Amino acid sequence: MNILVCISKAPDTTSKITFKDGDTKFNEDGVQFIVNPYDEWYALVRALELKEANGGKVTIISVGTADYEPIMRKALAIGADEAFRVDSEASDAYQVAAEIANYISSNSFDLVLTGKETINYNGSQVGGMIAAIIDSPYASHATKLEVNGSTAMVERDKQGGVEVLELTLPAVISAAKGMAEQRIPNMRGIMAARSKPLTVVPASVTETLTETIKFSLPPAKGDVKLVDPENMTELINLLHNEAKAI
Amino acid sequence: MANREDRFQGVDYYNIDDLLTEEHKLIRDTARAWVKKEVTPIIEEAYEKAEFPRHLIKGLAEIGAFGPYIPEEYGGAGLDQISYGLIMQELERGDSGLRSTASVQSSLVMYPIYAYGSEEQRKKYLPKLAAGDMIGCFGLTEPDHGSNPGGMVTNFKDAGDHVILNGAKMWISNAPFADIAVVWAKNEEGRIHGLIVERGMEGFSTPTMHGKWSLRASDTGELVFSNVKVPKANILPGKSGLGAPLGCLDSARYGISWGAIGAAMDCYDSALRYAKERQQFGKPIAAFQLQQKKLAEMVTEITKAQLLVFRLGQLKNQGKATSAQISMAKRNSVEIAIEIARESRQIFGGMGITNEYPIMRHMMNLESVITYEGTHDIHLLITGLDITGESAFS
Repeated sequence: MNILVCISKAPDTTSKITFKDGDTKFNEDGVQFIVNPYDEWYALVRALELKEANGGKVTIISVGTADYEPIMRKALAIGADEAFRVDSEASDAYQVAAEIANYISSNSFDLVLTGKETINYNGSQVGGMIAAIIDSPYASHATKLEVNGSTAMVERDKQGGVEVLELTLPAVISAAKGMAEQRIPNMRGIMAARSKPLTVVPASVTETLTETIKFSLPPAKGDVKLVDPENMTELINLLHNEAKAI
Repeated sequence: MANREDRFQGVDYYNIDDLLTEEHKLIRDTARAWVKKEVTPIIEEAYEKAEFPRHLIKGLAEIGAFGPYIPEEYGGAGLDQISYGLIMQELERGDSGLRSTASVQSSLVMYPIYAYGSEEQRKKYLPKLAAGDMIGCFGLTEPDHGSNPGGMVTNFKDAGDHVILNGAKMWISNAPFADIAVVWAKNEEGRIHGLIVERGMEGFSTPTMHGKWSLRASDTGELVFSNVKVPKANILPGKSGLGAPLGCLDSARYGISWGAIGAAMDCYDSALRYAKERQQFGKPIAAFQLQQKKLAEMVTEITKAQLLVFRLGQLKNQGKATSAQISMAKRNSVEIAIEIARESRQIFGGMGITNEYPIMRHMMNLESVITYEGTHDIHLLITGLDITGESAFS
């Protein structure tokens, strides 16, 4: 079974977030990057589990500049067999999806996995766009994935329940929490990752469909208001008129 | 029982991460993630029950904590000394006892077998030790010979194809469950040699020491030898004399110099977070000058110690680190760590004495770390000897 896992980098959750170029770009100075957790903990680990059960190969792909390589090495240390980096700054979801789709079209995969979103941009778009470009089935936010022959069984959380889908392979699936459990790389994996191939592929897509006009931080949290437990009228007044929660 | 969330974030005030390779960071982050997942949830209970968490041995091997700098052909990871230091830092951030087990296995058991052992001995023991399939301990200290190991009385006599070993060793980490012991003993001419003693050899026993208020999550014991027949093939042929065990101690002390900083980082990180969250007089206690003084001094000392051990790691990688340089780093790291543990305890107020936070456990552990592997005072005298040329030991 040949599986491609799309890997993105994301800032460590403790990073201080600032912007540059007139608030149109995330300022990466001094920021530590990690593998996007949805890509690593769920998509990659489930791909490795499927490979361990059925044989085959797990390839990872990223669209990004050379600073992506440390997080790609980590994915190789966790167990991926081979890595491809499309040498281009990731500009928008379409450009990333189109680059990956280009790569897929000249190779052959039974399954393409992405995380359900990156934890910084939260777009949830790349998987669906890849599926559209390569004209394959797509299931998003999958919490469970089983493969049986040429079909994939997917579970998705719905409001108040679970939806079960069947897709014919090759398919694109985006992974949500629950699909697998985080794996910590071991020393053998770290040592093996040194010699696993990481190939740089030239960029082929320049088109983008969106342009970022402005980023801004959420408003600072206000002070906590303490209300006397005896004073319910005041609590209701604040919830209704100030917080507009009721 | 405490089952706290581990919110440790690392301390890097001087961007020392920029001096590390990507692989260093991956190794460090792997050890950190493993400690958060496997150690933090169980360590307070293990400490309270005075039990070494043996189920962690396989995991320690998997993250490369056993002999990381031993070459790959013998089952090690072939890493550099900075990688070794970073693993020790992360383990001791979890608990000094766990780091002690890894230090002993790596520097006091695998190192002498690698550096002084025969090729047969290396092949027989090192791969199993690296994989955690075999655990070792190190017998140098005796009941009456601690800072003066050259005065040891444990001895062996030639008996044809084997030797007869007699004596006793004390304060031996891992002894109660170790499969082998690297034991230092005098031959009939009074020359110190290393011998590999295996569990099961007749006359060899490893009674557990009880009643420790420190390193409670680590097993400590004695090694007792009563006419133990040790095959001559188990004698380390490569080096003899007191310099041989001291070479092992150099490697272990180097690891401790990184490890103790891990304990300090955990105390500082916990205290800083608590000081920002704990409100008194209508504001976080972090806003008060006396708390800021403590926290600012802590991060200053941690940063100085980090730079010291990083440079020492570079020297070790080049084979240029001296025993005296290692003594200075071990002494400094443990001293700042124990002070930081005590100051952190103050910031936590009463909460600092509970196992809701790691502070008291680190503080009590460090009372051992400041004494074992060369006492605080002896390391000072080693520096004194090195700079003056005058020995003040006797």
